[in-house]
Amino acid sequence: MIDTEFTGDEAAIETATLPLDAWHRAKGGRMVEFAGYWMPIQYEGIMAEHLWVRENAGLFDVSHMGQLALSGDNVAEALETLVPGDISGLKPGRMRYSLLLDEDGGILDDLMITNEGDQFGIVVNGAVKWEDIGHLRENLPDDITLNHNEDYGLLALQGPKAVDALARLVPEAASLVFMQAARATWAGHAIALSRSGYTGEDGFEISLPNEALTAFADALCAMDEVKPIGLGARDSLRLEAGLPLYGHDLTPAIDPAEAGLGFAVSKRRREEENFPGAARILGHLEDGPPRKRVGLLVDGKLPVREGAKLFDGEDEIGVVTSGGFAPSVGAPIAMGYVPRDHAVPGTAVAAEVRGKRVHCTVAAMPFVPHNYVRKTGG
Amino acid sequence: MPRYFTEEHEWIDVDGDVATVGITDFAQGQLGDIVFVEVPDTGAELTKGGDAAVVESVKAASDVYAPVDGTVTEGNGQLEEDPALVNSDAEGEGWFFRMTLGDKSQLEGLMDAKAYKVFCDAL
Repeated sequence: MIDTEFTGDEAAIETATLPLDAWHRAKGGRMVEFAGYWMPIQYEGIMAEHLWVRENAGLFDVSHMGQLALSGDNVAEALETLVPGDISGLKPGRMRYSLLLDEDGGILDDLMITNEGDQFGIVVNGAVKWEDIGHLRENLPDDITLNHNEDYGLLALQGPKAVDALARLVPEAASLVFMQAARATWAGHAIALSRSGYTGEDGFEISLPNEALTAFADALCAMDEVKPIGLGARDSLRLEAGLPLYGHDLTPAIDPAEAGLGFAVSKRRREEENFPGAARILGHLEDGPPRKRVGLLVDGKLPVREGAKLFDGEDEIGVVTSGGFAPSVGAPIAMGYVPRDHAVPGTAVAAEVRGKRVHCTVAAMPFVPHNYVRKTGG
Repeated sequence: MPRYFTEEHEWIDVDGDVATVGITDFAQGQLGDIVFVEVPDTGAELTKGGDAAVVESVKAASDVYAPVDGTVTEGNGQLEEDPALVNSDAEGEGWFFRMTLGDKSQLEGLMDAKAYKVFCDAL
Protein backbone atom coordinates (compact mmCIF):
# COMPACT_ATOMS: atom_id res chain seq x y z
CA MET A 1 0.00 0.00 0.00
CA ILE A 2 0.79 3.71 0.00
CA ASP A 3 2.76 3.03 -3.12
CA THR A 4 2.53 6.62 -4.25
CA GLU A 5 3.74 8.03 -0.97
CA PHE A 6 7.37 7.13 -0.94
CA THR A 7 8.50 8.92 -4.04
CA GLY A 8 12.07 7.90 -3.28
CA ASP A 9 15.20 9.12 -4.94
CA GLU A 10 14.39 8.37 -8.55
CA ALA A 11 12.68 11.74 -8.95
CA ALA A 12 15.19 13.70 -6.89
CA ILE A 13 17.68 14.18 -9.68
CA GLU A 14 15.48 16.47 -11.70
CA THR A 15 13.20 17.85 -8.99
CA ALA A 16 14.04 21.43 -8.04
CA THR A 17 13.85 22.97 -4.58
CA LEU A 18 11.96 26.12 -3.69
CA PRO A 19 13.70 29.03 -1.92
CA LEU A 20 11.75 28.11 1.25
CA ASP A 21 12.63 24.38 1.08
CA ALA A 22 14.56 24.31 4.35
CA TRP A 23 11.88 26.41 6.04
CA HIS A 24 9.15 23.91 5.04
CA ARG A 25 11.18 20.98 6.32
CA ALA A 26 11.92 22.79 9.60
CA LYS A 27 8.19 23.39 10.02
CA GLY A 28 7.52 19.66 9.63
CA GLY A 29 6.28 19.86 6.05
CA ARG A 30 6.04 16.53 4.26
CA MET A 31 7.65 17.17 0.90
CA VAL A 32 6.34 15.67 -2.33
CA GLU A 33 7.21 16.26 -5.96
CA PHE A 34 4.76 18.67 -7.60
CA ALA A 35 5.14 20.64 -10.83
CA GLY A 36 8.84 19.83 -10.85
CA TYR A 37 9.50 21.03 -7.29
CA TRP A 38 9.67 19.54 -3.84
CA MET A 39 6.67 21.07 -2.12
CA PRO A 40 4.94 20.54 1.23
CA ILE A 41 1.78 18.46 0.86
CA GLN A 42 0.95 18.95 4.54
CA TYR A 43 2.38 19.94 7.93
CA GLU A 44 0.06 18.83 10.74
CA GLY A 45 -2.63 17.29 8.50
CA ILE A 46 -4.81 18.27 5.58
CA MET A 47 -8.09 18.29 7.49
CA ALA A 48 -6.84 20.52 10.31
CA GLU A 49 -5.02 22.83 7.90
CA HIS A 50 -8.07 23.18 5.67
CA LEU A 51 -10.35 24.09 8.58
CA TRP A 52 -7.72 26.48 9.96
CA VAL A 53 -7.76 28.50 6.74
CA ARG A 54 -11.56 28.77 6.77
CA GLU A 55 -11.42 30.25 10.31
CA ASN A 56 -8.04 31.94 10.63
CA ALA A 57 -5.21 32.55 8.17
CA GLY A 58 -2.97 30.11 6.32
CA LEU A 59 0.36 30.76 4.63
CA PHE A 60 0.93 28.93 1.34
CA ASP A 61 4.19 28.87 -0.59
CA VAL A 62 3.26 29.13 -4.27
CA SER A 63 6.72 30.06 -5.47
CA HIS A 64 6.53 27.25 -8.05
CA MET A 65 4.17 29.41 -10.06
CA GLY A 66 5.61 31.49 -12.87
CA GLN A 67 5.81 35.23 -12.27
CA LEU A 68 6.02 36.87 -15.67
CA ALA A 69 5.93 40.49 -16.79
CA LEU A 70 5.13 41.91 -20.21
CA SER A 71 6.03 45.43 -21.31
CA GLY A 72 6.36 47.42 -24.48
CA ASP A 73 4.22 49.55 -26.77
CA ASN A 74 0.66 48.30 -27.18
CA VAL A 75 1.33 45.41 -24.80
CA ALA A 76 -2.34 45.15 -23.76
CA GLU A 77 -3.48 44.82 -27.35
CA ALA A 78 -0.78 42.23 -28.02
CA LEU A 79 -1.83 40.19 -24.99
CA GLU A 80 -5.46 40.34 -26.11
CA THR A 81 -4.55 38.32 -29.19
CA LEU A 82 -3.91 35.35 -26.87
CA VAL A 83 -6.54 35.72 -24.10
CA PRO A 84 -10.30 36.51 -24.20
CA GLY A 85 -10.31 39.14 -21.42
CA ASP A 86 -10.50 42.92 -21.67
CA ILE A 87 -6.87 43.74 -20.92
CA SER A 88 -6.67 47.21 -22.47
CA GLY A 89 -9.57 48.24 -20.19
CA LEU A 90 -7.83 46.92 -17.07
CA LYS A 91 -6.94 49.93 -14.91
CA PRO A 92 -3.59 50.28 -13.12
CA GLY A 93 -3.72 48.45 -9.81
CA ARG A 94 -6.42 46.05 -10.99
CA MET A 95 -6.14 42.37 -11.85
CA ARG A 96 -8.21 39.90 -13.82
CA TYR A 97 -8.52 36.14 -14.08
CA SER A 98 -7.93 35.09 -17.66
CA LEU A 99 -7.18 32.15 -19.92
CA LEU A 100 -4.42 31.45 -22.37
CA LEU A 101 -6.18 29.94 -25.38
CA ASP A 102 -4.95 27.92 -28.34
CA GLU A 103 -6.21 28.72 -31.82
CA ASP A 104 -9.22 26.41 -31.35
CA GLY A 105 -10.20 28.08 -28.09
CA GLY A 106 -8.81 25.24 -25.96
CA ILE A 107 -7.42 26.28 -22.57
CA LEU A 108 -3.61 26.24 -22.41
CA ASP A 109 -3.54 27.71 -18.91
CA ASP A 110 -5.49 29.88 -16.51
CA LEU A 111 -3.70 32.91 -15.16
CA MET A 112 -3.91 36.19 -13.30
CA ILE A 113 -3.11 39.38 -15.20
CA THR A 114 -2.34 42.58 -13.25
CA ASN A 115 -1.93 46.08 -14.65
CA GLU A 116 1.12 47.19 -12.67
CA GLY A 117 1.23 50.59 -14.36
CA ASP A 118 4.48 50.23 -16.25
CA GLN A 119 3.94 46.57 -17.15
CA PHE A 120 1.47 43.69 -16.97
CA GLY A 121 2.27 41.11 -14.34
CA ILE A 122 1.13 37.58 -15.13
CA VAL A 123 1.06 34.66 -12.70
CA VAL A 124 0.83 31.26 -14.41
CA ASN A 125 0.61 27.68 -13.17
CA GLY A 126 3.91 26.08 -12.20
CA ALA A 127 3.30 22.86 -14.11
CA VAL A 128 2.96 24.62 -17.49
CA LYS A 129 4.99 27.79 -17.00
CA TRP A 130 7.69 26.82 -19.49
CA GLU A 131 5.07 25.99 -22.13
CA ASP A 132 3.32 29.31 -21.40
CA ILE A 133 6.55 31.26 -21.78
CA GLY A 134 7.18 29.51 -25.11
CA HIS A 135 3.66 30.24 -26.30
CA LEU A 136 3.85 33.91 -25.31
CA ARG A 137 7.29 34.40 -26.85
CA GLU A 138 6.29 32.70 -30.07
CA ASN A 139 3.03 34.60 -30.48
CA LEU A 140 3.80 38.08 -29.17
CA PRO A 141 5.56 40.70 -31.33
CA ASP A 142 9.33 40.83 -30.88
CA ASP A 143 9.21 44.34 -29.40
CA ILE A 144 7.19 43.11 -26.42
CA THR A 145 9.55 42.31 -23.56
CA LEU A 146 8.80 39.13 -21.60
CA ASN A 147 10.51 38.85 -18.25
CA HIS A 148 10.37 35.68 -16.12
CA ASN A 149 11.12 36.83 -12.60
CA GLU A 150 12.84 33.93 -10.89
CA ASP A 151 14.38 36.17 -8.24
CA TYR A 152 11.03 36.55 -6.51
CA GLY A 153 8.97 34.02 -4.60
CA LEU A 154 5.20 34.07 -4.17
CA LEU A 155 3.32 33.52 -0.93
CA ALA A 156 -0.43 33.38 -0.41
CA LEU A 157 -1.98 34.34 2.91
CA GLN A 158 -5.58 33.16 2.92
CA GLY A 159 -8.45 33.19 5.38
CA PRO A 160 -10.70 35.64 7.24
CA LYS A 161 -7.85 36.79 9.50
CA ALA A 162 -5.35 37.26 6.67
CA VAL A 163 -5.96 40.99 6.43
CA ASP A 164 -5.30 41.59 10.13
CA ALA A 165 -2.10 39.57 10.04
CA LEU A 166 -0.70 41.02 6.83
CA ALA A 167 -1.59 44.62 7.70
CA ARG A 168 0.72 44.40 10.74
CA LEU A 169 3.62 43.94 8.34
CA VAL A 170 2.33 45.80 5.31
CA PRO A 171 -0.31 48.39 6.28
CA GLU A 172 -1.27 48.96 2.61
CA ALA A 173 -2.90 45.52 2.59
CA ALA A 174 -5.98 46.75 4.43
CA SER A 175 -6.78 49.35 1.80
CA LEU A 176 -7.02 46.87 -1.09
CA VAL A 177 -10.22 45.13 -2.17
CA PHE A 178 -10.61 41.83 -4.03
CA MET A 179 -8.62 41.82 -7.28
CA GLN A 180 -6.68 44.99 -6.48
CA ALA A 181 -2.89 45.10 -6.40
CA ALA A 182 -0.22 47.45 -5.09
CA ARG A 183 3.51 47.78 -4.61
CA ALA A 184 4.93 48.26 -1.16
CA THR A 185 8.08 47.84 0.89
CA TRP A 186 8.76 45.48 3.74
CA ALA A 187 12.00 45.60 5.72
CA GLY A 188 13.61 47.51 2.88
CA HIS A 189 12.52 45.00 0.23
CA ALA A 190 10.39 45.97 -2.76
CA ILE A 191 7.33 43.72 -2.68
CA ALA A 192 4.05 43.47 -4.57
CA LEU A 193 0.75 42.38 -3.09
CA SER A 194 -2.75 41.73 -4.34
CA ARG A 195 -5.99 40.86 -2.61
CA SER A 196 -6.56 37.56 -4.36
CA GLY A 197 -6.05 33.85 -4.02
CA TYR A 198 -7.50 30.47 -4.84
CA THR A 199 -9.24 29.22 -1.70
CA GLY A 200 -12.55 31.11 -1.86
CA GLU A 201 -11.53 33.04 1.26
CA ASP A 202 -10.41 36.61 1.60
CA GLY A 203 -6.67 36.81 1.30
CA PHE A 204 -3.56 38.06 -0.42
CA GLU A 205 -0.76 36.99 -2.66
CA ILE A 206 2.58 38.57 -1.91
CA SER A 207 5.52 38.59 -4.28
CA LEU A 208 8.86 39.27 -2.65
CA PRO A 209 12.57 38.74 -3.26
CA ASN A 210 13.80 35.22 -2.58
CA GLU A 211 16.22 36.47 0.07
CA ALA A 212 13.34 38.02 2.04
CA LEU A 213 11.03 34.96 1.98
CA THR A 214 12.20 33.21 5.12
CA ALA A 215 12.08 36.30 7.33
CA PHE A 216 8.66 37.25 5.96
CA ALA A 217 7.24 33.75 6.43
CA ASP A 218 8.65 33.68 9.98
CA ALA A 219 7.15 37.09 10.76
CA LEU A 220 3.71 35.90 9.63
CA CYS A 221 3.86 32.50 11.32
CA ALA A 222 4.90 34.14 14.60
CA MET A 223 1.36 35.53 14.74
CA ASP A 224 -1.28 33.49 16.57
CA GLU A 225 -3.69 33.44 13.61
CA VAL A 226 -1.21 32.21 10.99
CA LYS A 227 -0.06 28.66 10.26
CA PRO A 228 1.74 27.22 7.24
CA ILE A 229 -0.58 25.23 4.98
CA GLY A 230 0.36 22.58 2.42
CA LEU A 231 -0.73 21.67 -1.08
CA GLY A 232 -3.24 19.11 0.15
CA ALA A 233 -5.43 21.71 1.85
CA ARG A 234 -4.88 24.12 -1.02
CA ASP A 235 -6.50 21.52 -3.28
CA SER A 236 -9.44 20.75 -0.98
CA LEU A 237 -10.06 24.47 -0.37
CA ARG A 238 -10.15 25.35 -4.07
CA LEU A 239 -12.36 22.34 -4.78
CA GLU A 240 -14.92 23.49 -2.20
CA ALA A 241 -14.69 26.99 -3.68
CA GLY A 242 -15.62 25.52 -7.08
CA LEU A 243 -12.38 26.75 -8.62
CA PRO A 244 -10.97 24.61 -11.45
CA LEU A 245 -7.44 23.22 -11.34
CA TYR A 246 -5.42 23.41 -14.53
CA GLY A 247 -4.35 20.06 -15.94
CA HIS A 248 -7.32 18.40 -14.27
CA ASP A 249 -10.53 20.43 -14.67
CA LEU A 250 -9.10 22.53 -17.50
CA THR A 251 -7.16 21.18 -20.49
CA PRO A 252 -6.55 22.14 -24.14
CA ALA A 253 -9.54 19.93 -25.06
CA ILE A 254 -11.86 22.19 -23.05
CA ASP A 255 -12.99 25.71 -23.96
CA PRO A 256 -14.05 28.49 -21.55
CA ALA A 257 -17.78 27.98 -22.18
CA GLU A 258 -17.56 24.27 -21.38
CA ALA A 259 -15.51 25.09 -18.27
CA GLY A 260 -18.17 27.50 -17.01
CA LEU A 261 -15.68 30.36 -17.28
CA GLY A 262 -17.75 32.57 -19.57
CA PHE A 263 -17.08 35.48 -17.19
CA ALA A 264 -13.47 35.45 -18.40
CA VAL A 265 -14.67 36.29 -21.93
CA SER A 266 -15.17 40.04 -21.59
CA LYS A 267 -18.14 41.86 -23.15
CA ARG A 268 -16.04 43.98 -25.50
CA ARG A 269 -14.11 40.93 -26.68
CA ARG A 270 -17.36 39.09 -27.40
CA GLU A 271 -18.46 41.97 -29.58
CA GLU A 272 -15.12 42.14 -31.35
CA GLU A 273 -14.97 38.35 -31.85
CA ASN A 274 -11.19 38.56 -32.17
CA PHE A 275 -9.72 36.16 -29.60
CA PRO A 276 -8.41 32.65 -30.32
CA GLY A 277 -11.21 30.18 -30.96
CA ALA A 278 -13.81 32.97 -30.93
CA ALA A 279 -16.18 31.17 -33.33
CA ARG A 280 -16.30 28.01 -31.21
CA ILE A 281 -16.42 29.79 -27.86
CA LEU A 282 -19.04 32.37 -28.85
CA GLY A 283 -21.14 29.61 -30.41
CA HIS A 284 -20.95 27.65 -27.17
CA LEU A 285 -21.76 30.71 -25.06
CA GLU A 286 -24.73 31.52 -27.33
CA ASP A 287 -26.24 28.06 -27.80
CA GLY A 288 -24.84 26.29 -24.75
CA PRO A 289 -21.80 24.01 -24.94
CA PRO A 290 -22.26 20.28 -25.59
CA ARG A 291 -20.83 19.50 -22.14
CA LYS A 292 -20.34 21.56 -19.03
CA ARG A 293 -18.24 21.53 -15.89
CA VAL A 294 -20.47 20.86 -12.89
CA GLY A 295 -20.18 20.29 -9.18
CA LEU A 296 -21.22 16.94 -7.72
CA LEU A 297 -22.42 16.20 -4.20
CA VAL A 298 -21.61 12.58 -3.42
CA ASP A 299 -23.91 10.34 -1.37
CA GLY A 300 -22.23 8.43 1.45
CA LYS A 301 -18.59 8.57 2.43
CA LEU A 302 -16.74 6.97 -0.47
CA PRO A 303 -14.62 9.65 -2.18
CA VAL A 304 -15.15 10.00 -5.93
CA ARG A 305 -11.89 11.07 -7.52
CA GLU A 306 -10.44 12.25 -10.81
CA GLY A 307 -10.99 9.76 -13.60
CA ALA A 308 -14.20 8.23 -12.24
CA LYS A 309 -16.69 7.70 -15.08
CA LEU A 310 -20.15 9.21 -14.77
CA PHE A 311 -23.31 7.36 -15.79
CA ASP A 312 -26.99 7.99 -16.37
CA GLY A 313 -28.38 4.48 -16.06
CA GLU A 314 -26.24 2.33 -18.35
CA ASP A 315 -25.06 5.26 -20.46
CA GLU A 316 -21.61 6.65 -19.80
CA ILE A 317 -22.11 10.39 -19.96
CA GLY A 318 -19.02 12.04 -18.52
CA VAL A 319 -16.04 11.98 -16.21
CA VAL A 320 -14.91 13.36 -12.87
CA THR A 321 -11.96 15.74 -13.17
CA SER A 322 -11.33 16.44 -9.45
CA GLY A 323 -12.82 15.07 -6.31
CA GLY A 324 -12.21 14.10 -2.75
CA PHE A 325 -13.33 14.57 0.80
CA ALA A 326 -14.38 18.15 1.53
CA PRO A 327 -13.53 19.01 5.14
CA SER A 328 -15.84 22.05 5.45
CA VAL A 329 -18.73 20.24 3.75
CA GLY A 330 -18.09 17.09 5.78
CA ALA A 331 -18.66 14.81 2.80
CA PRO A 332 -17.05 13.89 -0.51
CA ILE A 333 -17.55 16.32 -3.40
CA ALA A 334 -16.35 16.34 -6.99
CA MET A 335 -16.19 18.31 -10.20
CA GLY A 336 -16.62 16.87 -13.65
CA TYR A 337 -18.00 17.22 -17.14
CA VAL A 338 -21.49 16.10 -18.17
CA PRO A 339 -23.68 16.78 -21.23
CA ARG A 340 -25.50 20.09 -21.14
CA ASP A 341 -28.86 18.42 -20.48
CA HIS A 342 -27.42 16.82 -17.33
CA ALA A 343 -25.87 20.02 -16.02
CA VAL A 344 -28.89 21.38 -14.18
CA PRO A 345 -28.45 21.35 -10.37
CA GLY A 346 -30.43 18.50 -8.87
CA THR A 347 -29.77 16.09 -11.75
CA ALA A 348 -28.96 12.59 -10.51
CA VAL A 349 -25.91 10.84 -11.95
CA ALA A 350 -23.82 7.88 -10.83
CA ALA A 351 -20.04 7.73 -10.53
CA GLU A 352 -18.20 4.44 -10.90
CA VAL A 353 -15.61 3.73 -8.20
CA ARG A 354 -13.88 0.33 -8.21
CA GLY A 355 -16.79 -1.24 -10.05
CA LYS A 356 -19.41 0.21 -7.70
CA ARG A 357 -21.94 2.88 -8.59
CA VAL A 358 -22.00 5.88 -6.25
CA HIS A 359 -25.02 8.17 -6.38
CA CYS A 360 -24.23 11.85 -7.01
CA THR A 361 -26.30 14.98 -7.49
CA VAL A 362 -25.29 17.85 -9.74
CA ALA A 363 -24.83 20.87 -7.47
CA ALA A 364 -24.33 24.59 -7.92
CA MET A 365 -20.82 25.78 -7.11
CA PRO A 366 -19.19 27.00 -4.96
CA PHE A 367 -19.87 24.28 -2.40
CA VAL A 368 -18.77 26.70 0.32
CA PRO A 369 -19.63 30.41 -0.15
CA HIS A 370 -16.85 32.74 -1.25
CA ASN A 371 -15.77 35.33 1.30
CA TYR A 372 -14.12 37.87 -0.94
CA VAL A 373 -13.86 41.46 0.33
CA ARG A 374 -15.14 43.76 -2.38
CA LYS A 375 -15.35 46.94 -0.30
CA THR A 376 -13.10 48.25 2.45
CA GLY A 377 -14.28 50.06 5.56
CA GLY A 378 -17.63 48.19 5.69
CA MET B 1 0.21 -13.66 20.29
CA PRO B 2 2.91 -12.95 17.72
CA ARG B 3 2.63 -9.87 15.52
CA TYR B 4 4.18 -9.74 12.08
CA PHE B 5 4.71 -6.86 9.67
CA THR B 6 4.94 -6.57 5.88
CA GLU B 7 6.97 -4.28 3.68
CA GLU B 8 3.62 -2.88 2.51
CA HIS B 9 3.02 -1.60 6.05
CA GLU B 10 0.39 -4.07 7.19
CA TRP B 11 0.45 -5.75 10.59
CA ILE B 12 -0.89 -9.22 11.22
CA ASP B 13 -1.68 -10.70 14.64
CA VAL B 14 -1.78 -14.48 14.67
CA ASP B 15 -3.92 -16.40 17.18
CA GLY B 16 -3.96 -20.08 16.29
CA ASP B 17 -5.44 -20.43 12.82
CA VAL B 18 -6.94 -16.95 12.73
CA ALA B 19 -5.22 -13.65 12.00
CA THR B 20 -6.20 -10.00 12.43
CA VAL B 21 -4.87 -7.56 9.83
CA GLY B 22 -4.51 -3.79 9.81
CA ILE B 23 -2.19 -1.05 8.61
CA THR B 24 0.65 0.14 10.77
CA ASP B 25 0.85 3.34 12.76
CA PHE B 26 3.66 4.41 10.43
CA ALA B 27 1.33 3.89 7.44
CA GLN B 28 -1.54 5.88 8.91
CA GLY B 29 0.88 8.71 9.65
CA GLN B 30 2.01 8.72 6.04
CA LEU B 31 -1.53 8.62 4.71
CA GLY B 32 -2.85 11.42 6.90
CA ASP B 33 -6.53 11.95 7.64
CA ILE B 34 -8.40 8.79 6.70
CA VAL B 35 -11.93 9.38 5.44
CA PHE B 36 -13.02 5.97 4.13
CA VAL B 37 -12.07 2.32 4.52
CA GLU B 38 -13.37 -0.47 2.32
CA VAL B 39 -12.91 -3.84 4.05
CA PRO B 40 -13.36 -7.19 2.29
CA ASP B 41 -16.62 -9.15 2.52
CA THR B 42 -16.81 -12.11 4.85
CA GLY B 43 -15.96 -15.21 2.87
CA ALA B 44 -13.70 -13.43 0.41
CA GLU B 45 -10.72 -15.57 -0.63
CA LEU B 46 -7.49 -13.62 -0.35
CA THR B 47 -4.15 -14.36 -1.95
CA LYS B 48 -0.87 -13.17 -0.47
CA GLY B 49 0.03 -9.90 -2.18
CA GLY B 50 -3.42 -9.51 -3.74
CA ASP B 51 -5.85 -6.66 -3.13
CA ALA B 52 -7.67 -7.00 0.17
CA ALA B 53 -8.95 -3.58 1.20
CA VAL B 54 -8.81 0.08 0.23
CA VAL B 55 -8.01 2.99 2.51
CA GLU B 56 -8.82 6.51 1.40
CA SER B 57 -7.16 9.56 2.89
CA VAL B 58 -8.17 13.12 2.06
CA LYS B 59 -5.76 13.11 -0.83
CA ALA B 60 -5.61 9.60 -2.25
CA ALA B 61 -6.90 6.03 -2.33
CA SER B 62 -4.40 3.30 -1.44
CA ASP B 63 -4.67 -0.46 -1.75
CA VAL B 64 -4.11 -2.73 1.21
CA TYR B 65 -2.75 -6.16 0.25
CA ALA B 66 -3.34 -9.52 1.87
CA PRO B 67 -0.23 -10.42 3.90
CA VAL B 68 -0.94 -14.17 3.51
CA ASP B 69 -3.42 -16.51 1.80
CA GLY B 70 -6.71 -17.12 3.57
CA THR B 71 -10.45 -16.55 3.88
CA VAL B 72 -11.97 -13.44 5.42
CA THR B 73 -14.03 -14.20 8.51
CA GLU B 74 -14.94 -10.66 9.52
CA GLY B 75 -14.45 -7.04 8.40
CA ASN B 76 -14.24 -4.27 10.99
CA GLY B 77 -17.70 -2.73 10.70
CA GLN B 78 -16.72 0.14 13.00
CA LEU B 79 -14.54 1.62 10.27
CA GLU B 80 -17.58 2.33 8.12
CA GLU B 81 -18.91 4.76 10.73
CA ASP B 82 -15.58 5.98 12.02
CA PRO B 83 -12.72 5.62 9.52
CA ALA B 84 -10.60 7.98 11.64
CA LEU B 85 -10.14 5.06 14.07
CA VAL B 86 -7.31 4.06 11.77
CA ASN B 87 -5.59 7.36 12.57
CA SER B 88 -6.23 7.24 16.30
CA ASP B 89 -5.54 3.53 16.89
CA ALA B 90 -4.11 1.91 13.76
CA GLU B 91 -2.68 -1.12 15.51
CA GLY B 92 -5.67 -1.69 17.82
CA GLU B 93 -9.29 -0.61 17.32
CA GLY B 94 -8.50 0.39 13.75
CA TRP B 95 -7.96 -3.21 12.53
CA PHE B 96 -9.29 -3.93 9.03
CA PHE B 97 -10.29 -7.61 8.86
CA ARG B 98 -9.86 -11.10 10.31
CA MET B 99 -8.93 -14.10 8.19
CA THR B 100 -8.09 -17.76 8.38
CA LEU B 101 -4.52 -18.77 7.64
CA GLY B 102 -4.30 -20.80 4.44
CA ASP B 103 -0.59 -21.44 4.65
CA LYS B 104 1.15 -20.74 7.94
CA SER B 105 4.58 -21.09 6.33
CA GLN B 106 3.95 -17.73 4.64
CA LEU B 107 4.40 -16.06 8.04
CA GLU B 108 8.07 -16.94 8.00
CA GLY B 109 8.83 -14.33 5.34
CA LEU B 110 7.36 -11.49 7.41
CA MET B 111 9.12 -9.07 9.79
CA ASP B 112 8.84 -8.82 13.55
CA ALA B 113 8.39 -5.44 15.28
CA LYS B 114 12.11 -4.84 15.58
CA ALA B 115 12.84 -5.65 11.93
CA TYR B 116 9.91 -3.50 10.83
CA LYS B 117 11.23 -0.52 12.77
CA VAL B 118 14.59 -0.88 11.09
CA PHE B 119 12.79 -1.13 7.74
CA CYS B 120 10.83 2.10 8.37
CA ASP B 121 13.86 3.99 9.67
CA ALA B 122 15.62 3.24 6.39
CA LEU B 123 12.82 4.75 4.26
